[in-house]
Amino acid sequence: MPIELFALLLSPLAGGAVLALIGHRPRAAEVNAVFSSLTFAAAAVLVARVIESGPLVALGEQLFVDSLNVFLVALTAFVAMTTSFFSRPYMRIEREHRRVTGPGMRLYHSMYQLFSFTMLLVLTTNNLGVMWVAMEAATLTTVLLVALYRTHASLEAAWKYFILCGVGIAQALFGTILVYFAAEKVLGPGTGSLLWTHLDAVKTELQPTVMSIAFVFLLVGYGTKVGLVPLHNWLPDAHAEGPTPISAVLSGLLLNVALYALIRCKVITDGALERPFASALLMGFGLISVVVAAFFLSRQRDVKRMFAYSSIEHMGLITFAFGMGGPVASFAGLLHMTVHSLTKSAIFFTAGHAAQQTGTQLMENIRGLAQVNPTAGWGLMLGTVAILGMPPFGVFASEFLILTTTIAVQPWAAPVLLLSLGVSFAAIFGKVQPLVFGEPTAARLPHPPALVPVFTHLALVLMLGLFIPPSLADWYRQAARLIG
Amino acid sequence: MLQHFGPQVINLLAAVLLLLAFAMLSQRRILSLINLFAAQGFVLFLSTALVAALTDQKHLYVSAAVTLVLKVTLLPWILHRLIRRLNVKWDVETLINIPTTMLVGILLVILAFNLAAPISQLAGTVTRSTLGIALASMLLSFMMMITRSKAVPQVIGFLSMENGLFFAATAAVYGMPMVVELGVALDVLVAALILGVFIFEIRERFDTLDTRHLEKLKEH
Repeated sequence: MPIELFALLLSPLAGGAVLALIGHRPRAAEVNAVFSSLTFAAAAVLVARVIESGPLVALGEQLFVDSLNVFLVALTAFVAMTTSFFSRPYMRIEREHRRVTGPGMRLYHSMYQLFSFTMLLVLTTNNLGVMWVAMEAATLTTVLLVALYRTHASLEAAWKYFILCGVGIAQALFGTILVYFAAEKVLGPGTGSLLWTHLDAVKTELQPTVMSIAFVFLLVGYGTKVGLVPLHNWLPDAHAEGPTPISAVLSGLLLNVALYALIRCKVITDGALERPFASALLMGFGLISVVVAAFFLSRQRDVKRMFAYSSIEHMGLITFAFGMGGPVASFAGLLHMTVHSLTKSAIFFTAGHAAQQTGTQLMENIRGLAQVNPTAGWGLMLGTVAILGMPPFGVFASEFLILTTTIAVQPWAAPVLLLSLGVSFAAIFGKVQPLVFGEPTAARLPHPPALVPVFTHLALVLMLGLFIPPSLADWYRQAARLIG
Repeated sequence: MLQHFGPQVINLLAAVLLLLAFAMLSQRRILSLINLFAAQGFVLFLSTALVAALTDQKHLYVSAAVTLVLKVTLLPWILHRLIRRLNVKWDVETLINIPTTMLVGILLVILAFNLAAPISQLAGTVTRSTLGIALASMLLSFMMMITRSKAVPQVIGFLSMENGLFFAATAAVYGMPMVVELGVALDVLVAALILGVFIFEIRERFDTLDTRHLEKLKEH
């Protein structure tokens, strides 16, 4: 029995229960960090086991871990842990500014753990139905967190998030029903027909018409959560109005997890259909997302909103890469998922601090961050340079791989991608530069910010740009082979 | 007897379901809307129980029972309490252009039937002809969510969309595996509770339940 797999799921679940009781106490933030660290420890042990002895199934095949999801499990647990470290001083300041009440803090801590649980469940479950349930639960746990500050804007953002994602995810349930319908013909009724491993084994026998309709519904459903244009409207609002740690995990983790669900469905659909139907759809949605997000970037005034649009752009790029498929593009897509997740959460940490110091998220009112708080200022600058794909950071490596593959495989898309990347570079750099180096407007904070997570993330991204350890590269290659 | 009339009764119930979806689309009073939602849940319960009896699928009895408890009693009760506490029981919503909404609704039904046709042909269930209706009522609820501007009717639209999905699962594959159905039911219940909390918050902040006031956040 793989104990670490159960520990991985039980730790955040227990954390949610414990913090529901004590989440408003002064030490709750530490308890939150301890549970997140335990989860990460379990994830690390799980990674070691999967590397050593290959894929594993557990709990009557309900849980399933292979090289594709174990890498996302590790990433999710890691970013959830560093975010909990960051969240400790950040939320304390928010509490002192009276933006959050005691019961609000309890809700925040408890839901933070339950959100981790739902994401890890989406990643490790083998059952497509349970995957849907967990994905919907991930929306439910975060919707109250987006509205944590109880302001007009945050309530509006949360309502929009709930309604749009609720409607979207309902489409994915219909898609799942259709997959079950197709599978039942081959595997017979019962839970077995929804298990991904079973579906994967018989994917060539599944009815192609049904699978193609199913994939359209799944794409619309999970695509809403990934933030693919034109289903992205909830994303900038939810990221901008929620507390910063939540923006960081939404952008860095939830979008990845939703994309993971989509990839699992794509593998099955590709097997059932002979033509590249799923790939074409993914490429189309991905490319539109990159273009639209890039052109919306220059119109943003709110710092968190701008980086939310940047997340849409990067998720579009990753979706496009998986749509192209093949060993190099899928490898690049996985690498980009990793580096985007690490960089974007680091950016949200620093941008959140900047907003906290100045009391505003409007970029024109934040100036001279580097002078008031050099670590936060330089953290934001380095993060921005990294996310814009400058060498030697890891984002450069993955974007370079995606672009070169595009030129080789889909040359028509290459100029569009290059133009969009250029536009977003100009937009983001032009706005962040005065924010970091202008005449200072920010005030000192009562507590020093926790910026260790920022530099840990950026150091990892830098390392991935200069040198990918052979074991990690090998692991990416295996996962890329699964995606096809 | 049952084997002979059963499928026809299911078709009849499906037609009633579609009719109720249209009725909800055009209903202006919140209280009547909740009653229509409960009626829809009851039709769903009847048809699920009937399919269970016809096909002898044990787990469908359980889903029928869950439907009865959740969608006919619990959710309407929560909604009734909600509107009583919000004091909007007798609220009448001004709907724009009911005939146009109806016409668009009919187009959606045609679309749903066309989309469901290739799938229905492959289905071996006694209920296969109702798949189009299931998809249609899902799309109609979806449209109800879009056309309504008040928060409570939007929530009812959300919940009734799930009814359509549930009916689709019964029609196409005699229901999803038990663990999934229970998970979905739990999600719906939690969603309804959270939305209830939310509606209070919105009322407190905005002094209205009209979500047209929730339009500050957009691109300038």
